[in-house]
Amino acid sequence: MLRLDGVTVRFGERAALDSVDLEVAEHETVCVLGPSGSGKSTLLRVVAGLQQPDAGRVLLSGRDQRDVPPHKRGVGLMFQDHQLFPQRDVAGNVSFGPRMHRMGRAETDRRVGELLDLVGLPQAGRRAVTALSGGEQQRVALARALAPEPRLLMLDEPLGQLDRGLRERLVVELRGLFRRLGTTVLAVTHDHGEAFALADRVVVMRDGRIAQTGTPLEVWQRPASAFVARFLGFDNIVAATVHGEAADTVWGKLPVPAGTPQGRTLLLVRPGGVLLRAPEEGLPCTVEARTFRGGDASTVTVLLRPAEGPPLEAACTLRDAPEEGARVGAVFDPREVVPLDGADDQREESEAASAAG
Amino acid sequence: MDLARREVTASPAAPPVGTRARAGTRGPWVRLALMGVPMAFFAVFFGYPVLAIVSRGLRAGGHWHLDRIGQVAGDPDILQVLWFTVWQAAASTALTLALALPGAWVFARLDFPGKRLLRALVTVPFVLPTVVVGSAFLALAGRGGVLDEWFGVRLDTSVWAILLAHVLLNYSVVIRTVGGFWSQLDPRQEEAARMLGAGRLTAWRRVTLPALAPSVGAAALIVFLFTFTSFGVIQVLGRPRFATLEVEIYRQTATLLDLPTAAVLTLIQFAAVAALLSVHAWSLRKRETALRLVPAEQTAHRPAGAGQWAVLSAVLVTICVLTVLPLAVLVLRAFDGPDGFGLAHFRALSGQSDSATFTVAPVEAVGNSLAYASVATGIALLVGGLAAAALTVRSRPRPGAGRGPRAADRLVRGFDALLMLPLGTSAVTVGFGFLIALDEPPLDLRSSWILVPLAQALVGVPFVIRTMLPVLRAVDTRLREAAAVLGASPLRAWREVDFPLVRRALLVAAGFAFAVSLGEFGATVFIARPDSPTLPVAVARMLGRAGESNYGQAMALSTLLMLVCAGVLFALERVRTDSQGEF
Repeated sequence: MLRLDGVTVRFGERAALDSVDLEVAEHETVCVLGPSGSGKSTLLRVVAGLQQPDAGRVLLSGRDQRDVPPHKRGVGLMFQDHQLFPQRDVAGNVSFGPRMHRMGRAETDRRVGELLDLVGLPQAGRRAVTALSGGEQQRVALARALAPEPRLLMLDEPLGQLDRGLRERLVVELRGLFRRLGTTVLAVTHDHGEAFALADRVVVMRDGRIAQTGTPLEVWQRPASAFVARFLGFDNIVAATVHGEAADTVWGKLPVPAGTPQGRTLLLVRPGGVLLRAPEEGLPCTVEARTFRGGDASTVTVLLRPAEGPPLEAACTLRDAPEEGARVGAVFDPREVVPLDGADDQREESEAASAAG
Repeated sequence: MDLARREVTASPAAPPVGTRARAGTRGPWVRLALMGVPMAFFAVFFGYPVLAIVSRGLRAGGHWHLDRIGQVAGDPDILQVLWFTVWQAAASTALTLALALPGAWVFARLDFPGKRLLRALVTVPFVLPTVVVGSAFLALAGRGGVLDEWFGVRLDTSVWAILLAHVLLNYSVVIRTVGGFWSQLDPRQEEAARMLGAGRLTAWRRVTLPALAPSVGAAALIVFLFTFTSFGVIQVLGRPRFATLEVEIYRQTATLLDLPTAAVLTLIQFAAVAALLSVHAWSLRKRETALRLVPAEQTAHRPAGAGQWAVLSAVLVTICVLTVLPLAVLVLRAFDGPDGFGLAHFRALSGQSDSATFTVAPVEAVGNSLAYASVATGIALLVGGLAAAALTVRSRPRPGAGRGPRAADRLVRGFDALLMLPLGTSAVTVGFGFLIALDEPPLDLRSSWILVPLAQALVGVPFVIRTMLPVLRAVDTRLREAAAVLGASPLRAWREVDFPLVRRALLVAAGFAFAVSLGEFGATVFIARPDSPTLPVAVARMLGRAGESNYGQAMALSTLLMLVCAGVLFALERVRTDSQGEF
């Protein structure tokens, strides 16, 4: 459906996209995930034809899009800040695309009605877009992007400005909607929760390059690098030397899963894999802080300060959480220890060292 | 470091892709095409006349006589005129700022019933013909004026009448330039300063004032420019004691028939105005700071506390005394006939008046004025609209392009400044230039009626550009992009997205151009044919003649002119957009 071959975009000396290869299959929902400035929005603009790549090709259904202007590409883009036309009402915004594609009047009206029903704004056609709340504007923007039936729908931070409850509800709604319509979707977001909930496949970007691709579960379980791990919110990263099924670290000997590559590497220990025992039973630490996270499991994140090395995060239930200042011993669950790929680990290693110091 | 960067940016990193090359070069070509008409217009009707003035002033018998400048400038009478021109402009500017800045604050930060109406009211004098404002002050404080009758006070023999008339004319410049900007300054900046420990006054002085300073400077410059080139007001209120350069140029041309001296004076004035305008352009660029602006309606609040009420009252009183009173007296005089109040003066307008002043009934001037102004508005919209469009076309940020100002940017800025020139360059320069340049082949328009609308359009174009430009620039490119991904071609996107937003600005620009053309005096007085005067020219001629009846008729004609202008302006206020440009 969509293929990017070595697409590069430079702004001055900075490469916003650095030879990016990406494929999106028919009916697939792909989420590009990355911090701000990683080139996500530029990626969408290149596909839409609003930004010419300095190198590389964009193919839609196998056809090179180089000389195709944006309005003939048949892709939809929902802008981060919506960009609703202020001088038109809701129906005027939604019907814009069908009008451009010379859809008949009756047909257009029917479609506008359908879409407004779909996004949960029936009867809102005559309202001024400036009078809508942020969430309602977002829905109108979505309806407007869907109206011309684009072969590829692109969403730029689709749920960025919404409050948490609405966001979680809309993610589920959108996913169901895309399933039903069979829409091919390319979305970008900086929120991994949103990406995981929405996507069939997740692409993590860093500084204009793709850092990892995979299903949400794969990326979550096996972050490819320290960058991805940190971006997903994992901070227990430590330099290690692996011998057999154990590794030497500043935190002492860590058990590692079978089949871990031998030698120097970085290890991630998920907070759930840091178990709290009596001080003499494991790595002796002081509880520096505890943060209540809420949620169904009443999770508490406990920040541990070992005698040496970077601090450790441990997740436990509210009932088991120790008080601040308490002395505990940390032991590690090998199932929650993940070796990280060494691609950009040299840098990460020194960063980790300086952060710890 | 700099060298290294240039090397990086110059490296052939980007492949020569067809589309990219096209996207990179299309902008400039479109811009040049759009610039064509305005460029030609200015070359023929501004550049060529100015050149004619230069050669008329400094060339004789096939030789250049640059020493003429020294001769003319060294003349004690001329020096007197120069000195008066400068100091009255400075005094008028200072007085205007002193009286209008509190007004700017009131309009920016306070919310009160009737605010819109009041804003329209203070703008009326700005588009009023200077001749009318002059007449109004004459009616108020001149010989036999209201103040003279009641209190024996006359200001027309002192410079105060001139200064106050200038304040009246330019009050709204400060209100719109400074007040408009002030109303968009985020008050939370000041609040942030106060949270950091600054007192109310300190916060204002440290945060708001520096942000405001450039716009105050810009307003001061514009007011100085307008008063420096003041003609109609001085012609009515100052004669024979006071003369600005403009008045002197007119006197040398029309009365003394000394064209070379007039030409040299025009050149001196031209140089001064060019200098002022370049300072203005520089300050405009300085003003483009990254201030966070917020919608104006969020920053105004109801007056609270005795202090704010006091300022509001003072401003209202100022506006009443300065704006309402003279104009009311003008209307009063127009109806004050020989046999008590009535329409006697108006009726007299339609009759054949005494011999020499007019060969036609004065009321025909109304028809002439409306016809000329309509044609002038059409020309100004075409030229100004194209110029504004050319200034808006932005070459896309090319990947790999350096950050420094490129030649294209400089070209645009130069073009922008060029278009502003007629605004500051006195109307008299324009009229005089037309008179001596367009009266012989290849371009002999002396006997053509189009001469007057052309001159008026030249003065109206800057207003059109200044009104259109902010609106055109404010159209978010991403709205166009949104239209493009929904399937709209570039032309269609312009029609669907830009045009609806620009339509109102176009109307406002048309109204401004019309009002300015209607009141144009300095240029028209040179070139209008005796048998088809415009309203301001007719008013000035009547004021120039003795007799109660002439005076009354001048007031009646001024009242008519004021009504037409005010009508246009109130119509404008109804369609006014938020981003209203500089005036």
